[in-house]
Amino acid sequence: MIKIKTLGFIVFAFLVSAGSAWASAHAEAEYASGPAAEQSKFDPTEMIMHHIKDAHSWHLMDWNGHAVSIDLPVILWTDHGLVSFSSAEFHHDNSGKVVVDRNGMSFVNHHEKIHFAGEEHHGTLIDLSITKNVVSLFVVAILLLLLFVSTARHYKKVGSNKAPTGMAGFVEPLVLFVRDEIARVYIGPKHVDRFTPYLLTLFFFIWLNNLLGLVPFFPGGANVTGNIAVTLVLAVITFILTNVNGTKDYWAHVFWMPGVPVALRPLLAVVEFIGLFTKPFSLMIRLFANISAGHIIILSLVSLVFILETVWVSPASILLSLFISSLELLVAALQAFVFTTLSALYIGTALEDHSHDHGHEAAH
Amino acid sequence: MTGSIAAIGAGLAVLGVGLGIGRIGGSAMEGIARQPEASGKIQTAMLISAAFIEGAGLFGIVVSFLK
Repeated sequence: MIKIKTLGFIVFAFLVSAGSAWASAHAEAEYASGPAAEQSKFDPTEMIMHHIKDAHSWHLMDWNGHAVSIDLPVILWTDHGLVSFSSAEFHHDNSGKVVVDRNGMSFVNHHEKIHFAGEEHHGTLIDLSITKNVVSLFVVAILLLLLFVSTARHYKKVGSNKAPTGMAGFVEPLVLFVRDEIARVYIGPKHVDRFTPYLLTLFFFIWLNNLLGLVPFFPGGANVTGNIAVTLVLAVITFILTNVNGTKDYWAHVFWMPGVPVALRPLLAVVEFIGLFTKPFSLMIRLFANISAGHIIILSLVSLVFILETVWVSPASILLSLFISSLELLVAALQAFVFTTLSALYIGTALEDHSHDHGHEAAH
Repeated sequence: MTGSIAAIGAGLAVLGVGLGIGRIGGSAMEGIARQPEASGKIQTAMLISAAFIEGAGLFGIVVSFLK
């Protein structure tokens, strides 16, 4: 127990120190801003999109009209080599007005995308920045490591014959659930041990990212699993695992479906071939859209107060966002479960051994 | 009130998904009522088929968001 508390304290201390070291209240004069009337106009779409998207600085709060944020490094790969600078140099500008000069090149931040300023530069510009989502990924990775290293230590010390205590008591039922209810059911007992580690990683990674995205203050709030690039990578890993492990039988079912009339087989081959790609594509879209939609709904309900410009709507706004937030806690676990289950299902179908006769195959 | 025709598309996609998932939920309820001991398996199958239908609906919604 003491160890867990120490670990928790270390994480907390790390986050706080990282926060206070980087967080800097910018007391600069407001950059070229419009008249006050224009600023007071609240645009919910812009606010929501700002919160949904990845960013080069982590906006914590506004204090006396000034943004308090963690300035994250901007790292760019260009024709003239690696360029890096603090995103503080953009002075919270994302309209492409503030220009940063480095190595004879100038950059602007336009809607959180770094472009060359002006028209004269045209070359490679690969953004490798440590953005808000990347920091959030690091936080999740550290949390997962703490969770599982301490669990592994527990089993090393106590052994698996006694009932687990502490962190292991929380992790063990979940691990057993993924292994017995997902991997064993859909992949089959023969290959279950090969793919359980991947499925466990998927489940806990997606779940923790979803949960952290629901935390409204600092280490949380980034929309990692609602970022299509993240879900794309996860889906591509499942796609590769499925097709690399595909048996001869699996490919036969894709390109030359047994048990159907020969005239139909080329048509089915086209359909099945497209199906190879739509499966991971739907995995990608499902996670991305579910998590993004959850964030959008919560933020819309919160911004009701600002849209209607009355404080009397706040009870409804608070109750509704509380309700949706609790629903999102369920969705966070459900989407992790669905992604893991479908990955297991796809890998399982690729590994399936149809040694029995194909007349029976055609029946189902 | 301003809006775009894409919002109508998103609404139509939700309509189809609602009908589909509603049918799955209803049938799962019936199944569980008839055979309460199989409720675990029915729930898992229900969630998976709901996820497939939802995926199709989300395609529509995402396309309607793209300009």
